[in-house]
Amino acid sequence: MSEIADKVKKIVVEHLGVEESKVTPEASFIDDLGADSLDTVELVMAFEEAFNVEIPEDAAEKIATVKDAIDYIEAQKAA
Amino acid sequence: MFNLTGKVALVTGASGGIGAAIARTLHKQGATVVLSGTREAVLAERAAELGGERVHIVTADLSDPAAADQLVARAEEVAGAPLDILVNNAGLTRDTLAIRMKDEDWNKVLEVDLASPFRLCRAALKGMLRRRAGRIINIASVVGATGNAGQANYSAAKAGMVGMTKSLAQEAGSRGVTLNVVAPGFIATAMTDVLPEAQKEKLVGSIPLGRMGTPDDVASAVVYLASDEAAWVTGATLHVNGGMAMI
Repeated sequence: MSEIADKVKKIVVEHLGVEESKVTPEASFIDDLGADSLDTVELVMAFEEAFNVEIPEDAAEKIATVKDAIDYIEAQKAA
Repeated sequence: MFNLTGKVALVTGASGGIGAAIARTLHKQGATVVLSGTREAVLAERAAELGGERVHIVTADLSDPAAADQLVARAEEVAGAPLDILVNNAGLTRDTLAIRMKDEDWNKVLEVDLASPFRLCRAALKGMLRRRAGRIINIASVVGATGNAGQANYSAAKAGMVGMTKSLAQEAGSRGVTLNVVAPGFIATAMTDVLPEAQKEKLVGSIPLGRMGTPDDVASAVVYLASDEAAWVTGATLHVNGGMAMI
């Protein structure tokens, strides 16, 4: 697992208070991890701060799963 | 009832009559208060009046967006603890009839009386939502609901504050954070002292309770909304106007 993926996982565990084992790449924040809309916004803000990236509103809306978040941040960091 | 021991409260505009009364009353209920305003000497005097215990001051000019953005963090730093209660009381007026009102008068009032409270709410909410607790009380005015000749800018800002508070209350509700408005009517302060006697008499005549309000009347309403007892009240506007407008 990449360093980014590891950090994303950690942030999700911390923010949503879920078991680490549940935070699989396919896990949906809302459907599988019990997040509500406010949680998803807080998560995006936590990602922005942790990775020093800007995640615009339209991109944030498409981040539904753990993998979506990892892919987006990896793409930003590679660019 | 209404015990605020251990809570940290930030009051903006704390050098003014209403702000000082709010700070004093929250302090009396046990809260640690952070007084904010533009005039350091006046704030220091207000702090001294509270005995210096559980009281801090932070100067900030809220017409500066950056100052508003940073105020919550600065208050938490001086208090040494996260903010439990935010009272957006600071405000100013630039009264004149609309046909003479300059963009500058409009913009200044909207900036200080509406945009800056929003910035403070935004900053405070970040922590409050995470901590699953918090109280925000925005001080509006009866004119936000009734309008007032000569105050198109001020009444627009205060009506805007009510709409903003309701939206934020919906956003924050799931975390147990409440946001409410206190809308004072005609309160006796340095600002109203200068009105001609005849005009004051006429105003008092329109108040069923037969007197002008005091800063303490407003402060009591704030204490209620800041307390644990008001846990199931959010998005509300508490009118404190002696019955002048029953809305």
